[in-house]
Amino acid sequence: MGPSTVGDMNPQGERWTAERVLELAPDAASRTAGAKLATPGPWSGAGARRGAVWGECAGSGGWPYRTVVDLAGPGFHCSCPSRKSPCKHALGLLLSWSEGPGAVPEGAPPDWAAQWLGKRREQEAAGSGAAASGPSRGPADPEAARRRAIRRARRIAAGASELERRLADLLRSGLASADAASYGRWEETAARMVDAQAPGLAARVRELASVAGSGSPARRTTRLLEECALLHTLNQGFLRLAELPEPLAATVRTRVGITPDAASLLASAPLVRDRWLVLAQRDADDGRLVTRRVWLRGRETGRMALLLSYGAAGRVPELSLPVGLALDAELAFHPSARPLRAALGTRHAAPAPVPGPPPGGDAEEALRAYGEALRDDPWLEGWPVVLSGVVPVPGRDGGDWQLADADGRSALPVAPGGDESALWRLTAISGGRPVRVFGECGHRGFTPLLAWAPEPVAL
Amino acid sequence: MSTTWDDLVTTALLGTDRRPVSPGALLDEAALRTVQRRAALLPAAPRPLPEAAPEDVRPPLPEAARRRLALLLAERAAGPGGSGRRGGPDLTELLPQWLAAANDHGYRAPADLLPGLLDAARARSDLRPGALALGGPKALWLARLNPQWRYALRDAPASSAAPAATDAGEDVEQVWQEGLFAERVALLTSLRRRDPAAARELLATTWDRERAEDRLMFLDSLRDGLSPADEPFLEGALTDRGRTVRAAAAELLSALPASALAGRMAERARACVALDRTGGRPTVVVEAPHECDAGMRRDGVVAKPPAGRGERSWWLGQLVEAAPLGIWCERLGVAGAAEAVALPVADGWRPDLHAAWCRAAVRQEDAEWSRALLGPAASPPEPTGASWLDPAKLLSALPPAERAGWVAEFIAAHGLSEAFRLLGVCTVPWAKPLGRAVVDALDTAREAGGYPWSFSGVMGMAERCLDPDQADLLEALTVLPAGPGHDGAGHGAAGYWAEAYQRLIGTLRLRATMRRELADGSGPNAKGGRRQRERGPQTA
Repeated sequence: MGPSTVGDMNPQGERWTAERVLELAPDAASRTAGAKLATPGPWSGAGARRGAVWGECAGSGGWPYRTVVDLAGPGFHCSCPSRKSPCKHALGLLLSWSEGPGAVPEGAPPDWAAQWLGKRREQEAAGSGAAASGPSRGPADPEAARRRAIRRARRIAAGASELERRLADLLRSGLASADAASYGRWEETAARMVDAQAPGLAARVRELASVAGSGSPARRTTRLLEECALLHTLNQGFLRLAELPEPLAATVRTRVGITPDAASLLASAPLVRDRWLVLAQRDADDGRLVTRRVWLRGRETGRMALLLSYGAAGRVPELSLPVGLALDAELAFHPSARPLRAALGTRHAAPAPVPGPPPGGDAEEALRAYGEALRDDPWLEGWPVVLSGVVPVPGRDGGDWQLADADGRSALPVAPGGDESALWRLTAISGGRPVRVFGECGHRGFTPLLAWAPEPVAL
Repeated sequence: MSTTWDDLVTTALLGTDRRPVSPGALLDEAALRTVQRRAALLPAAPRPLPEAAPEDVRPPLPEAARRRLALLLAERAAGPGGSGRRGGPDLTELLPQWLAAANDHGYRAPADLLPGLLDAARARSDLRPGALALGGPKALWLARLNPQWRYALRDAPASSAAPAATDAGEDVEQVWQEGLFAERVALLTSLRRRDPAAARELLATTWDRERAEDRLMFLDSLRDGLSPADEPFLEGALTDRGRTVRAAAAELLSALPASALAGRMAERARACVALDRTGGRPTVVVEAPHECDAGMRRDGVVAKPPAGRGERSWWLGQLVEAAPLGIWCERLGVAGAAEAVALPVADGWRPDLHAAWCRAAVRQEDAEWSRALLGPAASPPEPTGASWLDPAKLLSALPPAERAGWVAEFIAAHGLSEAFRLLGVCTVPWAKPLGRAVVDALDTAREAGGYPWSFSGVMGMAERCLDPDQADLLEALTVLPAGPGHDGAGHGAAGYWAEAYQRLIGTLRLRATMRRELADGSGPNAKGGRRQRERGPQTA
């Protein structure tokens, strides 16, 4: 197997679009600031060559900031004091470069840029070399790793047992007592699940806490009971892991938070090579961590896949894929009774457009797909589907949106709490006519993520 | 064991301590029910679908221009300020001219950017005409679905709003009878734009019942599309109960030179101003009115002067202002406005007379009189009494090229300090000689040791208004230090000027790029329009 990074993919000659650059921006302010710097004015000595772009940007001080971008990865370096990555200078530089060779001509990198690029490529070569030799070499000390795994399983089991007691107490005294005031105690419990190395349980407990503090009383009780019940099932599943069939056991492990790292997954799991259409990319920031979800669909296999990547403390997750283009690449799916989450392995070619959108179904088929997925993984909140032709029906006062089938006979409710501007964009694209939409269909409703207008438009 | 979900919820709510069931068993059962329920979800019954939007047959934006619009709108949504004005242009300020240029090309807005466009125009009413023209029928379709964009239905350009209004004759009547004041003004304004007579007639149906301040506002909406056909209605308004309403009606009538009111005013003005040929040189003599009679008051003349102003000169000003300028050549025995303006005026009446002529020239949009009253741009400013002359207003009556030429000469002679308002009335992009004059004047200021922020108003305007083709000229004229960061001594005025010029040039280049992007319409990458079949009627 070749190195799994894009370091050896050859992006030279391929200029990114401005959209692709802007997708890298950590926030709206950076987008704006970057766009402002995308003029030749402040730049000097800007150039590009072999997958790298560099330039000096006049700042407020006496010295210009030196900005260099390695398009593979991508990786960014700038001498400015910003903690954001990429900073506005890197974004501005890339935007200028995206406009064509006029603003950023081909040339040889100056020493300072060449140095950083050289160092970065060296490290990458070393890193991917290690990854490449990973499968044969395995962990440094398999016995120690096994002991660590057992220790962790014990801790999680202890955490799950504690949660079970907590849930039993709650149910004994009644959910009526679980009001917003108990929020702090749930937070505390979540923190203990983190200590128990069970991030999956911690996330569910936090969800429980947020449900406890919101919604109408009737709705809240129902949601609380649902969440408690599913959490209880997960706890029980983990505590009786040995009794479960392996695919379900794998699902439980993943749900609890024991996930293999990408490198060992790519080394051990079967690889699925396909042209993976990038359907959507969404970031969720919970204040601690930015979680980026990238949804893919294999053109040949028809499989859906979900890539997750994380950025701590306001940084943007490293992985960024161009929505609407397809990637010839290998994926390794996390073991599960209903595999969806995957790790990205070797990319064989740069992202390229594909003709025609993927096939889709109607509202009923979307719900059926979710229902069938639940059979394998009862903890699923939703399942990615393509709706072949739906008409968005605006709700009253920002709620109650629907996506109605073209024949006007059935509809999917839109999941509440989403970005309403995305729904209006979808409505505008549709113009009251059926439109093909990709999104997640779950028990709370449908969340649209991409529409074909007919060219793909991220929502 | 519990049987229904509701039973489970009740037990959970009250607690298992009061029921013969263990928490574990309750949760097991609830989990089973939850997953069962989720797995068996069925589609909902749809609400009525929106009608299909009218098809927009205009060509789509070129790809690069589409991206540019997305960027401009994102910038607006992110709000002003942010990283400050250093370095890059303020993209929000470029949105109006981008919209104008895109509309000149006849493009339609990309569907997915319509919500952003409607939001932008909601926040800034000056963007509305351009944004709604670009948005076309689909923007209006969208606006009907979202109350936040209701404004679009009122402010839409006549052509695109027409279908919406013709099929809603009853709506017009209903809004007019029952609507809020703002809705009624908007309705009247848009109706006036489409069908001036219908708007006037609609107003007449309720005129007597309106409150005085409302009548004033409604009357103002007749300014648009004013024609002799409005005269009978306006004549009626001259006897209105409200003084301000009377004055407004009189003002409107005086803008119609053939109106009876204009004729009466001409009569009165003629009686006050004459040419005296008895002396060596023909001189204008003024005999201001001695009283403000009932007839004058009925025709909108305000009897009581503002503090510090003499009654008779106050009345005179109003008479001359409301009289058609066409009467003066005959009255003063001259061939044209220039000669009339050049005549000496006896007894110090010149400021009063000329000020009134200026107001009349602006109101009647008379280029000849405006030109004559402006005089040569390079002439020194009037030493005294210059306050009556408002060149910016007079300029707007001149053809654009002449306007730009006059301002260019003015700047060459007097510099930039008084030029801001004058520049504001020039058409964008500035004509070459005007741009040249502004750049030269900036350079002169720099050489004289001024600082760029003393001219920040003009600088900001130049960014938006200079012809982008003049960036080269600017670059050649302005000797910049070797490069950013090497301005060792750059923290003096020279450094600031370098930065200011750099910013100016950067914005001009960006505007040139934007223009190119819009012109590049028929490239191979131009995307075809949406080709979706019309759907049948939406009866489920």
